[in-house]
Amino acid sequence: MTDNRFFNRSELIGILVLAVFLVVVLPLTLDVFRLNLVAKYLTYAFVALGLVVCWGYGGILSLGQGVFFGLGGYCMAMFLKLEASSVENTKIQSTPGIPDFMDWNQITSLPLFWKPFHSLTFTIAAIILVPGIFALIIGTAMFKRRVGGTYFAIITQAVAAILTILIVGQQGYTGGINGMTDLRTLKGWDIRPDHAKVVLYFFEVGCLFVCIMIAQFVRHSKLGRILVAMREKEDRVRFSGYSVANFKIFAFCIAAVFAAIGGAMFALNVGFMSPSFVGIVPSIEMVIYTAVGGRLSILGAIYGTLLVNFAKTSLSETFPELWLFGLGGLFIAVVLAFPNGLAGIWGDYVQPRIDRLISSRKPKPEGWTDSSVADGAPAE
Amino acid sequence: MSDEETKGLLSPLRRKLLMGMAAIPAITMLPRASFAQTPATSAVNTTGLAVTDTEVTVGILHSATGTMAISETGSIEAEKLAIEQINAAGGVLGRKIKFIQEDGASDWPTFAEKAKKLLVNDKVAAIMGCWTSASRKAVLPVVEQYNGMLYYPTFYEGLEQSKNVIYTGQEATQQILAGLNWIAKEKGAKSFFFVGSDYIWPRTSNKIARKHVENVLKGKVVGEEYYPLGNTQFNSVINKIKLTKPDVIFTDVVGGSNVAFYKQLKAAGIDLSKQALLTISVTEDEIDGIGGENIAGAYACMKYFQSLDNANNKAFVPAFKKMWGEKTVIGDVTQAAYLGPWLWKLTVEKAGSFDVDKIAAASPGVEFKGAPEGYVRIHENHHLWSKTRVGRAKLDGQFELIYETADLVEPDPFPKGYQ
Repeated sequence: MTDNRFFNRSELIGILVLAVFLVVVLPLTLDVFRLNLVAKYLTYAFVALGLVVCWGYGGILSLGQGVFFGLGGYCMAMFLKLEASSVENTKIQSTPGIPDFMDWNQITSLPLFWKPFHSLTFTIAAIILVPGIFALIIGTAMFKRRVGGTYFAIITQAVAAILTILIVGQQGYTGGINGMTDLRTLKGWDIRPDHAKVVLYFFEVGCLFVCIMIAQFVRHSKLGRILVAMREKEDRVRFSGYSVANFKIFAFCIAAVFAAIGGAMFALNVGFMSPSFVGIVPSIEMVIYTAVGGRLSILGAIYGTLLVNFAKTSLSETFPELWLFGLGGLFIAVVLAFPNGLAGIWGDYVQPRIDRLISSRKPKPEGWTDSSVADGAPAE
Repeated sequence: MSDEETKGLLSPLRRKLLMGMAAIPAITMLPRASFAQTPATSAVNTTGLAVTDTEVTVGILHSATGTMAISETGSIEAEKLAIEQINAAGGVLGRKIKFIQEDGASDWPTFAEKAKKLLVNDKVAAIMGCWTSASRKAVLPVVEQYNGMLYYPTFYEGLEQSKNVIYTGQEATQQILAGLNWIAKEKGAKSFFFVGSDYIWPRTSNKIARKHVENVLKGKVVGEEYYPLGNTQFNSVINKIKLTKPDVIFTDVVGGSNVAFYKQLKAAGIDLSKQALLTISVTEDEIDGIGGENIAGAYACMKYFQSLDNANNKAFVPAFKKMWGEKTVIGDVTQAAYLGPWLWKLTVEKAGSFDVDKIAAASPGVEFKGAPEGYVRIHENHHLWSKTRVGRAKLDGQFELIYETADLVEPDPFPKGYQ
C-alpha cells in the first residue's frame, strides 16, 4: 500500500471516507431536493479542486475561474437548449426551431457557431477543449512573459468581466442576463424528474472522483513537486533548468478543465446557465470555498465547498435578511484563525489526537511517518 | 371499461358532475360545525399542500439582499401587509395565512432553488415572488414542473403566459401604447429617441414602441441606444439627443443607472419642463434615489401612483406607512405586489379549494374591487385588466396624475403586429 504512487495511507482512508459520505450517507439521509442541492454544490467542488492544483500547489491565484466554469456550462447548456427548442416545442415563436431568446431578439436562423452543438460528442469535446485551449492561450500569453502573482490575478478578473459583458451584450446569441433557461432533455432523456436527479448525482460524483484521482496523480508525481518548488522559490527552479512557464500553463489548464467539467455538471443538474456564474463575484466566491477548505488539501477543498454552500442555504433559509453577515463572519473567522482552512484544523488538531490514540494502543507500523514528506506542503 | 367510456369520463362537464356526485356522501359525513365557515381540509386540499384546519402556508420569494433588494423590498412589504390585512379579516376559507419568506439574493439560480424548496419541502399553496424577468424565467420551469402558483408583480415584456403564473403587473403593450398615444396627441410628438438598459425587457418594450410609433402614430424613431445594466456614463447618448432634438425621449433605463442618467441630463442643460421625456421605468422608489429635483417634469407611464385619489388608495397608503414607516414610498410594482395575496384569496374562495389546478382554472374573471389602483380583473391569459396612467414627476418625488385611460386596457402578452 505504501508503494502506491497516488496515495499514502491516510489519503486513501480520506478518499474512502469521502466516497462513503457522498455515495452512501448523503443519498440515504437526504431527500431528492436536498440531494440535488448537494449536486449543485459539488459542481463548485470541481472548481475548488482545480484551484488546489493551480493555487495551492502551483501558487498561481486565479480570480477568474468563473470564466471556465461558464464556458463549460454554456457548452452543455447550448446542447440542451437546442434539444429543448425542437420545432414542436417552439411552435408559438415567429421562427420555430430556434431557442426562445433568439426569437425574442429577432434572430431568424440558428447562428453558425451554434450548429455543431446538435452533436453530443462535439459538445463533450467542446466542454474540455474550449476552456482548455482558452486557458492555454491566456497562460501562454501571461507566463511566457513572466507575468505572475497579483498581476495575473488581476488579468483573470478582467477576463471574467469581459466575458460577462460579452455574454450579456450578445443576448441574441447567448440569452443575455437571463441566461439559458428551461433545459429539459439529454438525448431524449428527461433531466428534470426526481429519478433523473439521482442518476445525475451519482454520475457527477463519479466524475468528481476521476478528477480527484487526476489531482492526486499530479500531486504525487514529479510534476507536483516541481509545482510546489516553483511556488516556494520560482527562480531556483528556473535556474535548475526547468521551464517554469510550461509548468504553470499546465497547472492553469488543468484547473480550467476541472472548472469547465463543473460548469457542464451545473447545467445538467440545475437545468440552466446564466452569466451570474461567469463574473468576478462568483469567481472570488469559488476561491473562498477553496480557502475555507484549505488550499493545500484536495479533500479539504471539497468539504469546504460543501460546508460553505450548506451554510449559505441553511442560513438564508433561517435568516433571510441577515444571512450574508453570518456568512461574511464565517469567512473572516476562518481566514484569521485558520489560514490553512478546514484541512489545517484537521491536520493541526484532530489528526495528531487520532494518531496519538492509535499509537498508544498499538505499536507504530513501520514506514508511516515517511508519508508526511510526500504531503509536501511546507507552511507559508 | 371500453375506450369510449374513458373518453366520456374525461369530458370536462362529465368529470365535474362526477366530482360533485362523489362529494355528496362526503358532505353528509361531515360534522355540522365545520359547515359554518371552515370547510374540511380534506375537501379544499386534495393535493397535499400545506393547509391545516386553521392555517394555510404561502411563500414569499424576493431578493432581501443583493443589488435588487432596493427594488424588491417594497414588494415584500406590500405582500406582508396584504397577508396581515387578510388575516385580520378572517383569513382564507377560515384559515389564517402563514408565510415562509425566502431570499432570492438577486441571483437567478438561487431563486430557482428557493422556489423548489418552497414547493417541494414546504408545500406552499402559492408563491408571491420574483421581480426581474431573469428571476421569473429561472423560476418558471420549477413552478410548472411542480405545479405551483406564482403571483408575479412586475411590469414586464410579455411574450409569456403560463397556467401556473398570475401576472399582476402590466405586460409591455398595456404599459406603453396608451402612454405613447397620449404624448403624441398632447405634445404633437412625431420624433422619438429611445434609451434603455441592455436586456430583454427594454429591448422588447422598445421594439413594441417602435412599431407603434412607426405604424400607428406615423412618427419616427430618431435614435435607439442601449447601455449595460449598472452603466453610469450617458454623456454620448445625451449629446446625440441634443443633436437630433427629438420631440420625446422615451426611456427604459433601470436600477442605479437612472441616477446617473437624470443627473447628467440635467447637467447637460436638458430641461425636462421643456423637453418631453416619457419613462416606463421610474416609479416613486427610483425617484427616491434620483432626487426629485433631477427628474421633476418628466412623464412616467404606469398603472399606479402613490398620489392616486381614490378611496381604496386613501386607505392603502396610510396602512402601508403605518406598518413600514412614514418615509416609505409606494411605487407601481409595490402596489401590484399588494394585489397578489388578495387575488389569490379571492380566487381560492371562488374555487372553494386550495388546489392549484382549480385556482388556475378559476382565476379568469376574478375581480378585486379593493385594489389601490382601482378595480382590476384577471383575464383568461392570467394577466390583469387595468388602466394605463401617465403621471408627471414633482419636486417632492411624487407624481401628479395627468392622464388615465377611460377604460381598463386588455392585456395582450403576444401582441399581433408588434413582434
